Amino acid sequence: MQRTLVTVLRRLALAVGLVLAVLAVNFTLIHAAPGDPALVIAGEMGGADEATMATIRKTYGLDRPLHEQFFTYLGKSVRGDLGTSYTYNRPVIDLILGRLGPTVLLVLTALLCAIVIGTGLGVLASRRPDSFGSGVVTVFSLVGYAMPVFWTGILLVILFGKVWPVMPIAGMRDVRAFGAGPWQAALDVAHHLVLPAATLAIVYLAQYSRLSRASMLEVLGSDYIRTARAKGLSDAVVTFKHALRNALMPIVTIAGLQFGNLISGAVLVETVFSWPGLGTLALDAILGRDYPTLLGVLTFSAILVIVANLITDLSYRWIDPRLRGR
Amino acid sequence: MSLLAVEDLSVEFRTRRGVARVLDRVSLGIERGQTLGVVGESGCGKSVTALAMLRLIASPPGRITGGRVHFDGRDLLALSEDEMRQVRGNRVSMIFQEPMTSLNPAYTVGDQIAESVRLHQGLTRREAIERAAQMLDAVSIPDPARRVHEYPHQFSGGMRQRVMIAMALACQPDLLVADEPTTALDVTVQAQIFDLISELREKTGTAVMLITHDMGAVAEMTDRVAVMYAGHVVESAAVADVLREPLHPYTRGLIACAPGARTVAPGQLLDEIPGTVPSLVERGAGCLFAERCAHVQPRCRAELPPHSEPAPGRTVMCWLHTQ
Repeated sequence: MQRTLVTVLRRLALAVGLVLAVLAVNFTLIHAAPGDPALVIAGEMGGADEATMATIRKTYGLDRPLHEQFFTYLGKSVRGDLGTSYTYNRPVIDLILGRLGPTVLLVLTALLCAIVIGTGLGVLASRRPDSFGSGVVTVFSLVGYAMPVFWTGILLVILFGKVWPVMPIAGMRDVRAFGAGPWQAALDVAHHLVLPAATLAIVYLAQYSRLSRASMLEVLGSDYIRTARAKGLSDAVVTFKHALRNALMPIVTIAGLQFGNLISGAVLVETVFSWPGLGTLALDAILGRDYPTLLGVLTFSAILVIVANLITDLSYRWIDPRLRGR
Repeated sequence: MSLLAVEDLSVEFRTRRGVARVLDRVSLGIERGQTLGVVGESGCGKSVTALAMLRLIASPPGRITGGRVHFDGRDLLALSEDEMRQVRGNRVSMIFQEPMTSLNPAYTVGDQIAESVRLHQGLTRREAIERAAQMLDAVSIPDPARRVHEYPHQFSGGMRQRVMIAMALACQPDLLVADEPTTALDVTVQAQIFDLISELREKTGTAVMLITHDMGAVAEMTDRVAVMYAGHVVESAAVADVLREPLHPYTRGLIACAPGARTVAPGQLLDEIPGTVPSLVERGAGCLFAERCAHVQPRCRAELPPHSEPAPGRTVMCWLHTQ
């Protein structure tokens, strides 16, 4: 128990260091990029002479040495001040916090569906690896894996928006549902969530079903599974208690590693379905050259990925007791 | 009536090269409280016999094609899967060759022992863990109350085999099948495990089927012995008779191969049986040992010898002993 606590604290400290490193890289990148912020601001003002330029530089601290600027940026970031958006003219942190919820909702829903359904299909396929059902899962997985996210999204939009219009194809809430009770609102959001989450889930679902099938096949051939059967345990107990837990390792690894991909996938899905998340915010920021917002989104995405990896690391220890001593 | 009587058990495996007849009309029997040794070199069908008895052969590729397994008056091959599960781990339990990998790394040894007790004897979780600790104590694992909550990786190989034995005996089975329980262990630990099995057998009256290729262990531990070769039981008899006067040339070879069977001067090679086990896919018509046998006659290559009974309670499958 104490060991686990120490590990958690050590991993947390590492995670904080990693976030600082991300801030540093982001800062360096933006300064390595061509263009002078003072010129941009002067351009927005409609032009300025040398003296005004100097004032601008002084006001924004741009006349300071780079390392000093970095520490100012770092200090402000740590206090939650990520600057002001050029496009929306609002604090970046408010913009991001407003968009974080929808993105986390979308990504976690998709991830959960992909893991649960994908693993379930993989387990089913592994029980009779030569059967017709197993072949269907394999074909389905390969097709799902081969389809680009945005294309799947557009297909679903056509299917459920035009051919069979039963699902909302854009946004997160129905204007007509504003002012309704909390249950109504939650249902409304869930209804809007179906298509984007399904789009994002399909690709990953395919990967998890392939992976869990292979992993289960390996585990089902191991000696301790024979022991479990020799004990008189039922097929279900052998599969789900004895085999699945050991087959989970690679699935959890991939889930953790792919969290970053999932977020970049969310950018595409949010764009296709006009989902008001970090992805659409990032796209707007890129198109509008809104650097503070873009930096903020990058920082938050990095934090999400780091948190996901932390959770992955800790679940290893839950799954495999051999790792608990380390 | 015998506790276990295997009659004409045949098993086939589908392989890339064709159908391999891995067991060919295998018959053997064990009385209550008795120990039967099953010996033979690797691939002769010892483990498959044990797994087939409990219907644990993976199918496909394996298939039981014939025979009966009478256990305590019932034919195990005719039971439903549900009824079979009540036999496994409860009336007949098994321990395996590889203690390092035979326990599930994700659960504590206590959980794994308790699992069978809860399943077969309907104990509560707490009672079952208590029983698990008693079993650990019975197999001489020190500090059982603490170790019952530890994971397999916290035990050494010999200790894990003790845990396996504790698990197998937790439901007080009528028959313990020990499939080369010491092959993967150090020589000193091997002796300890054999002693433990003998001691527990005496205490509980459990019959034991000891699968091994160690003639020494057979001599020390068993009452009867069945010698297997290429899917056949080629000789079966009381162990003293076999050691005094082995009838089948293969049995003679096995006994001669055992270190300690005769005095070997330093630097002198141990005896060996020339050749290897023939392919089970392309079986010829004759005796499968013919190519390796020093006493081979033309008839051996043409026709499979029948099981003959040169003395009561003794069978042999060789043309030398059919009159």
